[in-house]
Amino acid sequence: MSEVIIDVKDLVVQFPTLRALDGVSVQISRGEVVAVIGPSGSGKSTFLRCINQLETPTSGHIFFEGKDVTDPKNDINKIRQRMGMVFQQFNLFPHMTILQNLTLAPMKLQHKSKEQAEAKAMELLKRVGLDDRAQNYPTQLSGGQKQRIAIVRALCMEPDVMLFDEPTSALDPEMVGEVLEVMRDLAKENMTMVVVTHEMGFAKEVASRVIFMENGHIIEENEPKQFFESPENQRLKDFLNKVL
Amino acid sequence: MFLMFESFKNDFYRNFVKNDRYIYLVKGLGVTLKVTFFALIVGLVIGILIATIRSTHDTTHTTKYRGPMHHFLQILLSIGNFLCNIYLTVIRGTPSTVQLMIIYFVIFGSVSIDKSIVAICAFGINSGAYVAEIIRGGIMSIDKGQFEAGRSLGFGYISTMRYIIIPQAFKNVLPALGNEMIVLLKETSIAGYIALEDLTMGANIIRGQTYSAFMPLFAAAFIYLAIVMLLSTGVKKLENNSRANER
Ligand SMILES: Nc1ncnc2c1ncn2[C@@H]1O[C@H](COP(=O)(O)OP(=O)(O)OP(=O)(O)O)[C@@H](O)[C@H]1O
Ligand SMILES: [Mg+2]
Repeated sequence: MSEVIIDVKDLVVQFPTLRALDGVSVQISRGEVVAVIGPSGSGKSTFLRCINQLETPTSGHIFFEGKDVTDPKNDINKIRQRMGMVFQQFNLFPHMTILQNLTLAPMKLQHKSKEQAEAKAMELLKRVGLDDRAQNYPTQLSGGQKQRIAIVRALCMEPDVMLFDEPTSALDPEMVGEVLEVMRDLAKENMTMVVVTHEMGFAKEVASRVIFMENGHIIEENEPKQFFESPENQRLKDFLNKVL
Repeated sequence: MFLMFESFKNDFYRNFVKNDRYIYLVKGLGVTLKVTFFALIVGLVIGILIATIRSTHDTTHTTKYRGPMHHFLQILLSIGNFLCNIYLTVIRGTPSTVQLMIIYFVIFGSVSIDKSIVAICAFGINSGAYVAEIIRGGIMSIDKGQFEAGRSLGFGYISTMRYIIIPQAFKNVLPALGNEMIVLLKETSIAGYIALEDLTMGANIIRGQTYSAFMPLFAAAFIYLAIVMLLSTGVKKLENNSRANER
C-alpha cells in the first residue's frame, strides 16, 4: 500500500437547514483515481470542496500530505497550490488569453519567469492538442476546449492531486469524450485524482476505487469491478439500476 | 425675416461680444470642467475605498474563524461597513444642494478657502456614494466561480481581487462610471449656491447685466448639451467594447 496523501476524518458540514456531510471518513493514496458518485444533493461537491477548503467543514479534519488543511495555522494558499481543481463551469478567466490563464498562477505564486511559465504552458497545451489556441480568449473556445484548458491551468501548477467536480456535466455530449480522454491520460501518468462524476463508464474503466454517497454519508466503496458487478447496499443497487 | 435676423444679431452682440461678456462663459466652462474632473477623481477614490470595504465585508463575514488576527480584522471590517452604510444613506438621502451649502457655510464656514476646492470636495463626496455602489455592483456581478477558481489556484483574497475580480469588474462598470460623470457635470450647475462662477453662474451674470434671459441661458444649455453628447458617445463605445468581450 502506498503513501496516504489525503486523509479525511469524520467530516461534518452543517448548513443552516441541512447536514450536507454527516461524518465522512476516507483515505486516498498517492496515484489513486477515486470516482465519487451518488444522487443529486448527496454531498459529493461539498465533500470535494472541503478537501481544498472552498467549503468550510463544521467539524472533522482533512490531512493533506500530513498537514491538517482545516487548521488555520497552516497556510491554506500554499496547500491549495498543491491541489488542482477543475469545475463544472470551467471558470476560465474571460479577460485573459488562454496563455495568460495558464501562466498567471505559476508566475505570481511560484515566481516562475514568463519564459519558464509559457514554456510549461505550451508543452501542456500541445499535449491536449490546443497549442494553436494559446492567443485566443476563452469566449472563442468550445465547451470541451475550455474544460481541457481548465485542466491544463490546474496542471501548470504541477499539483500533487487533482480534484474534479463533474467536469463533463456542462458539456454537449459530443465534447465529453475529449475531456475524459485528457483525464484518462492523467490517470495513466499516475496523477492522484478525486473525480465527482456521472460518467459511469469513466468510473468503471479509469477509477481505482469508486465511492457511493447518499445523504452526506459514504454508503459503499470498492474497486470498480466489485462496485458495479456486485453492489452490496440496496440503495446503491437502486441507483445503479437507474443510471446504467 | 431680415428684421428677426437683425434683432438676433443685436442680441448676440449685446450678450456675448460687448464688453467681452463671452469671457464669463469661457471662464465658467473652465470652472465647471475643473470641478467635474477633480470631483470625479475624489469620487472614484472614495468610491473604490468604500466598495472595497463593503464587498470584502459581504464576501468574508461568513467565512470561518482563522485565528485571533482574522477575528480582529473582521471586527474592523464590521465597523468600517457600518460607517460606510451611514455615509451612503446620508449622502444619497439628502439633496446635493444642501450638502454643498453645509460644506461651504458650516464646515468651511470660518476659513477662507477657494470656492472651487469646496465644490470639488462637496461634489466628490456626493459622487463617491454613487460610484461606491456602481463599483460594488460590478464586483458582485462577477460570477462566484471566478473567485473560487482564483482561490483554488492558491491566490489569497487580495490577489484574487487584484488579478481576477477587479479587472473584470472595472471593465463592466466603465459605462456606468461614464454616466456618473455626465450626471456629475450637470450636477455642478448648482455651484452658484456658494457663488462659485461656473458655466451656469456665468450665464446668469450675463443675464443680470443685459436683462435678456434667452441668449445667455440657451448658450449655457447648448454648451452643456454638447459636452454631454460627446461623453455619451464615449460611453456608448465603452458599452459596445464590453459587450464584445462577453462570455
Ligand atoms: N452554501 C449552501 N448553503 C446551504 N445548503 C447548501 C449549500 N451548498 C450546498 N447545499 C446543500 O447541501 C446538499 C449537498 O450539496 P452538494 O452540492 O454537495 O450535492 P451534490 O452531491 O454535489 O449534488 P449535485 O449532483 O446536484 O451536484 C444539497 O442539498 C445542497 O442543496
Ligand atoms: Mg455537485
